[in-house]
Amino acid sequence: MVDAAMTGVTSAGMDSARLKRMRRFRTGDATFRGLTFGAALTVLLLLGGVILSLVHGSLPALSEFGFGFLTSQSWNPVTEKFGALSPIYGTIVTSFIALLIAVPVGIGIAIFLTELCPPWLKRPIGVAVELLAGIPSIIYGIWGLFVFAPFFQTNVQPFLISLFAPIPVLNNLFAGPPYGIGILTAGFILAIMVLPFITSITRDVFDTVPPVLKEATYGLGCTTSEVVTKVVLPYTRVGVIGGVMLGLGRALGETMAVTFVIGNAHKISASIMAPGTTISASIANEFTEAVGDLYTSSLIALGLILFIITFIVLAGARLLLLRMNVKAGN
Amino acid sequence: MKFKNIALAAGFFAATIGFGSAQAADISGAGATFPYPVYAKWADAYKKETGTGMNYQSIGSGGGIKQIKAKTVTFGASDAPLKPEELEKAGLVQFPTVIGGVVPIINVPGLKPGELVLDGQTLADIFQGKIAKWNDEAIKKLNPSLELPDMAIAVVRRSDGSGTSFVFTTYLSQVSKAWADEVGAASAVEWPVGIGAKGNEGIAANVGQTQGSIGYVEYAFAAQNGMSYAKLINKDGKTVAPDAANFAAAAANVDWANAPGYYVTMTNEPGEASWPITATTFILVYAKPDKPADVAEALKFFDWAYAKGDAMAEELHYIPLPDSVVANIKATWTKSIVDADGKPVFAAN
Repeated sequence: MVDAAMTGVTSAGMDSARLKRMRRFRTGDATFRGLTFGAALTVLLLLGGVILSLVHGSLPALSEFGFGFLTSQSWNPVTEKFGALSPIYGTIVTSFIALLIAVPVGIGIAIFLTELCPPWLKRPIGVAVELLAGIPSIIYGIWGLFVFAPFFQTNVQPFLISLFAPIPVLNNLFAGPPYGIGILTAGFILAIMVLPFITSITRDVFDTVPPVLKEATYGLGCTTSEVVTKVVLPYTRVGVIGGVMLGLGRALGETMAVTFVIGNAHKISASIMAPGTTISASIANEFTEAVGDLYTSSLIALGLILFIITFIVLAGARLLLLRMNVKAGN
Repeated sequence: MKFKNIALAAGFFAATIGFGSAQAADISGAGATFPYPVYAKWADAYKKETGTGMNYQSIGSGGGIKQIKAKTVTFGASDAPLKPEELEKAGLVQFPTVIGGVVPIINVPGLKPGELVLDGQTLADIFQGKIAKWNDEAIKKLNPSLELPDMAIAVVRRSDGSGTSFVFTTYLSQVSKAWADEVGAASAVEWPVGIGAKGNEGIAANVGQTQGSIGYVEYAFAAQNGMSYAKLINKDGKTVAPDAANFAAAAANVDWANAPGYYVTMTNEPGEASWPITATTFILVYAKPDKPADVAEALKFFDWAYAKGDAMAEELHYIPLPDSVVANIKATWTKSIVDADGKPVFAAN
C-alpha cells in the first residue's frame, strides 16, 4: 500500500513534504512492528527462562535419583529419598475425577441455557455460573474443609462404602475409613471449580451455531436431544474440547483448594477416599521448610514434571483437534 | 485467638510502617512460626518503649535458617536447634528464648478434654498406624474407666516441615524403638499414615472437622482455641496434664550450662511433673557479624525481652526461661558474639 502511494508520488513529481510524511509512516510502522514483536518475544523468553530454571533447579534431584524419581513412591526427608509417583498419581486422578463430574454437568448446563431455558431464567443461571468462576480458590478450600468434608464424612462416605462393599473391584476403590478428606473430596472440589470454565465456554460456542442449521434440523422433525447431539455438538466440538482442556489445565495446577482437602499424604492407596497429594499441593506445603539441597531440588523437579504434564495435555488436545478436523474433511 | 494474633500482627505492621521511616533501622529477623505471637507482642511493646521496631517474618524454621545463612536478616529463628558442629561450620551462635509444649489434641465423640490418657509407646503406635481403632486394647488398658467408641483413628500431622514436628518426632523416637528405626526424628518425616495439614492452624482445623482424629499442636495454640487434649504418662510413670507448671518442671531438669550451643532437647525428661513433650525455640545470629551494630540492636531487644517480657510470654501460654539460663545466655553473648576487633558487640548487664 505504501508502495502504491510512492508510485503515485513519483508520477506526480517530487513532492518532498509528502515523501517525508510517507517515510514517517514507514518508520512508524517499523517501530510498531518492532514493539509488538518484542512483546511476543517476551513470552518466549519468559517461557524459556522458566524451563531453564526449572531444569537447572531439578538437576541435583534428577541426577541423584535418575528415572527412579518418576517410579518411586517414597518421600522421606529424613533419609533424603524422594520419588514423584504419588504426587503425579494424585494430580492425575483428582483431575480425572473432576472432569468426570464437571464435563457432563457443565455441558448439560450449557445445553439447557442455550436450547431449553426460558428467557427469564437465562440471566440468573448465567450470572451464577460466572460468579462461581470468580470465587478465589482458597474460599473453595476453606468451604471444602469446614463444610463439605464433615458432611461428606458423616453422610456420603459411609453410604458409598456400604453401597460398594459387595462389589469386587469397587469395594477396594471405595474402602474406608471415612476421613472426610482425601482424593475423592479433592476431585469433588475441583469439579466445582472447573465447572464454570467448562460451562461458560461451551455455552458461548453453542451460541455460535447458526440458527438456520438448528431450525433446519427441527424442521426435519428432530427432537432437541437429536439437534444437540447431531448438530450443535459436532459443530462446536473444537470449542467444547477447548473448554474442557482449560478446565483440565486449572484442575492440574490448582493448589490451595486441593491442599486443604486432599490430606497431603505421599502415598498411593487403592481407595480414592484415602488421603493423597498432588504436585502443586506438595510444593506449596513443603517448599518453605525444605531443608537441604536435595529436598528443595526434588520439589522443583516436581514443578518440572507438572510443567511437562500440562504440556502433554495441551499437545494432546491439539493433536486430537487436528485429527478430528482431518476426519471432518476441513 | 487467631483474631488476637491478627490484631497483634496488624498493630505490629502498622507500627513498623508508621514510624519506620523516622527510625534508623528496624531489627530484622525471620523463622519459626511457633514463637511468632510472643515475638510480635514483645516487638510491639519494645517499639512503644524504645522506638525501635522489629520486622519478624514467620516463614518457618527451615526458612529462618536459610535466611540467616544467606545473611538477608539480622537473626534467624528455629524451633529445631542446630547441632554444635553445624553452628561452628556456619559461624553462628544459638540461644533459646522461650519454652513451650506440644500437646496431642483429639476429636473423639464422648470424650472431654483431658479424659483420655496415653503413654509414649501408644502414641507412637497410633502415629505409626499400628493402633487403628479408638477401642484398641492398648488404649483401653490405659483408660479402663472410659467408654471408647469403635471408631477408626484418623491421624492428623503436619504436611509442611515444622519445628513442632521435630519436637514431636524426637519424643516418639525416644519412647518407641520402632518409630526411631522406621521413621526417625526431623522437622519433616515420611509419615506412615494420616492426613497432612499445613501449620498449627491446619492441624487444629482438621482435628476439629474430622471425627475420630488425633493431632498435635503447640500448647499455646491448643489453649487459646480450647481444643480437646489427651494427658500423657511421663518418664516417671506419672500421668500429667499439659500446663505451664509441668512444662516448667521439664525445663528445670535441663542441664543448660553443659550443653554446648544450647543444643538441648527437653522431651521425655524425668521428674514427676514433667510434661514429656516440652521444647524451646532458638535464635541464631552470626558470631562475627558483618554489621555488628545491627546484631547489637537485636541482642538489646532480646535482653529487654528476658528482663521485661515474661508476663507477656505467660499471657500467651509460653514459659519464660529460668533466670540462671538467661544469665548463661548473656555470658555467651559477651564471650561469643564479637566485632572485627574481638570486642563484644553488646554488653548485657
